[in-house]
Amino acid sequence: MSDTALAADTKPWRDTTARPFISIRNITKRFGDFTAVNDISLDIYQGELFCLLGGSGCGKSTLLRMLAGFEVPTAGQILIDGQDMAGVPADKRPTNMMFQSYALFPHMSVEKNVAYGLLREGKSRAEAYARVAEMLKLVKLEALAKRKPHQLSGGQRQRVALARSLIKQPKLLLLDEPLGALDKKLREETQFELIRIQETLGVTFIVVTHDQDEAMTLATRIGVMNEGVITQVGEPRAIYEHPKSRFVADFIGSVNLFEGQVRDPGAPVVVETPELGTMKALAREGLSAGQQVWLALRPERVSLTRTEPAASDSVNTLPGVVEDVAYMGHMSHFRVRLANGRMLRVTLSNRLHDEDPISWDEAVFASWNASAMRVLTE
Amino acid sequence: MSALTDNALWRGTARVMGRLGISGRTLVIAIPMLWLLAFFLVPFLVLGRISLAEAIIARPPYTPLWERGPDGTLHIIATLENYRFLLEDALYRNAYLSSIRIAVISTVFALLIGYPIAYYIARSPEPRRSVLLLLVILPFWTSFLLRVYAWMGFLRREGVINNTLMSLGIIDQPLVMMQTDFAVYIGIVYTYLPFMILPLYANLVKLDDALLEAAGDLGASPTVTFFTVTLPLSLPGIVAGSMLVFIPAIGEYVIPALLGGPDTLMIGRVLWDEFFSSRDWPVASAVAIVMLFLVVAPIMWLQSVQNRRELQ
Ligand SMILES: Nc1ncnc2c1ncn2[C@@H]1O[C@H](COP(=O)(O)OP(=O)(O)O)[C@@H](O)[C@H]1O
Ligand SMILES: [Mg+2]
Repeated sequence: MSDTALAADTKPWRDTTARPFISIRNITKRFGDFTAVNDISLDIYQGELFCLLGGSGCGKSTLLRMLAGFEVPTAGQILIDGQDMAGVPADKRPTNMMFQSYALFPHMSVEKNVAYGLLREGKSRAEAYARVAEMLKLVKLEALAKRKPHQLSGGQRQRVALARSLIKQPKLLLLDEPLGALDKKLREETQFELIRIQETLGVTFIVVTHDQDEAMTLATRIGVMNEGVITQVGEPRAIYEHPKSRFVADFIGSVNLFEGQVRDPGAPVVVETPELGTMKALAREGLSAGQQVWLALRPERVSLTRTEPAASDSVNTLPGVVEDVAYMGHMSHFRVRLANGRMLRVTLSNRLHDEDPISWDEAVFASWNASAMRVLTE
Repeated sequence: MSALTDNALWRGTARVMGRLGISGRTLVIAIPMLWLLAFFLVPFLVLGRISLAEAIIARPPYTPLWERGPDGTLHIIATLENYRFLLEDALYRNAYLSSIRIAVISTVFALLIGYPIAYYIARSPEPRRSVLLLLVILPFWTSFLLRVYAWMGFLRREGVINNTLMSLGIIDQPLVMMQTDFAVYIGIVYTYLPFMILPLYANLVKLDDALLEAAGDLGASPTVTFFTVTLPLSLPGIVAGSMLVFIPAIGEYVIPALLGGPDTLMIGRVLWDEFFSSRDWPVASAVAIVMLFLVVAPIMWLQSVQNRRELQ
């Protein structure tokens, strides 16, 4: 099998001829004169674990609820597996949803909650409960089948909700902040559990989250949302390494941003900034001299040295003073005051033992490769 | 009085109470307990005691509970004769059965009418919801008797309903509605409907929309969702509302007296007749005690069912 064929197989969005499983076309949702979702178009492929990432109130749940059939789009079209969903009620859609609040039926045992969907399909009780037993095994809840939801912990409830939404083997599973109610440690464990289950069953997942770490861990691709619009779609690495806008760069991870004007749109790009002087940045298409741009620099791409590194065409170097050090164990965060007073965030890995680490009030040189600096136009 | 003496007084009281084994908590519970004791348990015991006596023409019109014999010994005079009389006389048995029947049927109708109303109010958006709730409570601002008389105006031979139907030519003979069981049902359901709606509303308004969406998402049609999710979750409201209608309905006196006919047999009327017409206090007391147990039994049963469900 050739390399491109393999890539297309596991990453169908890279294949321009692949047929999307879900097509969201120019979807808009207004509540009165407030636009919650504004003209979103998005293609999602079979077997993906797609994360919608965005701050609170940006319209993530609304988009998800339109896919599930709980909200009617004001405009636009949704196709699932080629079928137009307009006019199809929630109970007739090939989707299932895991609710943010779990929405477990409080008067039913775990077992009955999970069986609910199958019994509505007209499955016999024997068949339904056999499937329920399998599903409870998958989410490791066999022992709790007879309990009521109020007798479970948060993590257990979360797994019941997941089992209930998976039991009908939906083509598409929608998860609204599925791990939001769990504490940090449980959440991290559950993220991998979710990936395991998704890969076991091969169901397409769309997960809504406001937690960028969660999106980075789970997703095959991330759609970053802001004020009802998807600002960028891409694989986690691409979103982190090549953000298209200041919003995305700032939302995912931590970043230093500087305003400036292009002096030379060559390779590297030369940008004149009021705060840092002349900077060299990674080349990109479509820039012209004099254009207003922003430079994005990830803190972990910067090195700190006590002596000035050798000058080079592809390296930016600036002197500064360490203002603050936060030692985190596996890494240390620095705030370096540059000559003109501007603060630079720097993160150094503590991979090697350092007998004489850089400390407060030391004069240092901050340097980074031109390729570490991204030019953003919006 | 200064704060200091206030404080000292309070501490003194607390010390005395402490020595008697009474804490602040007991005191808080004690107030409703005393209330129930004075206004429920004591009258109940008095009734119970009268029901064990015999009727005599005297003042009070029943035999004392004990007597001193000529040799000074204490004789307790108590008889279950009144209860045996209730069992043997078909009148009482029929009155009880008829009361239960009327109360049950009225409760069922109040539920069938009240549930959709409560559901609609609970699902209404906020400003409308308050207005609708106010409308449910509004009849309480006029006297209950006045409203029953108003129904008489509707149901009479020359009442509003008959006149309207006759003038529209739908009927040519006036319908007989007054002094029938039908009028009694109308009166009871009308009067006690708010007591059904309010607890149902209080229950349904708490119902989480996400549960209904979840049921729909899993393939349940709105009807199936209602019977598998909404209805079972509103059971406590149904029980509370039904009790609030059933209990007063079973002992209802005014409505059958005003709207019912001579053959509308209800235990409240029998009780009235025993006390005021026959002046047979012991039998009347026995009637009341039996009625109390008829009302208490279903409550106790429901309580135990609910407790068992919760334990599961
Ligand atoms: N039923 C509704 N009526 C009016 N406004 C709504 C409704 N549902 C959501 N909104 C508004 O739409 C915006 C997006 O909501 P939502 O999709 O829930 O955001 P989130 O990204 O946090 O999930 C919010 O400002 C919210 O107030
Ligand atoms: Mg949300």
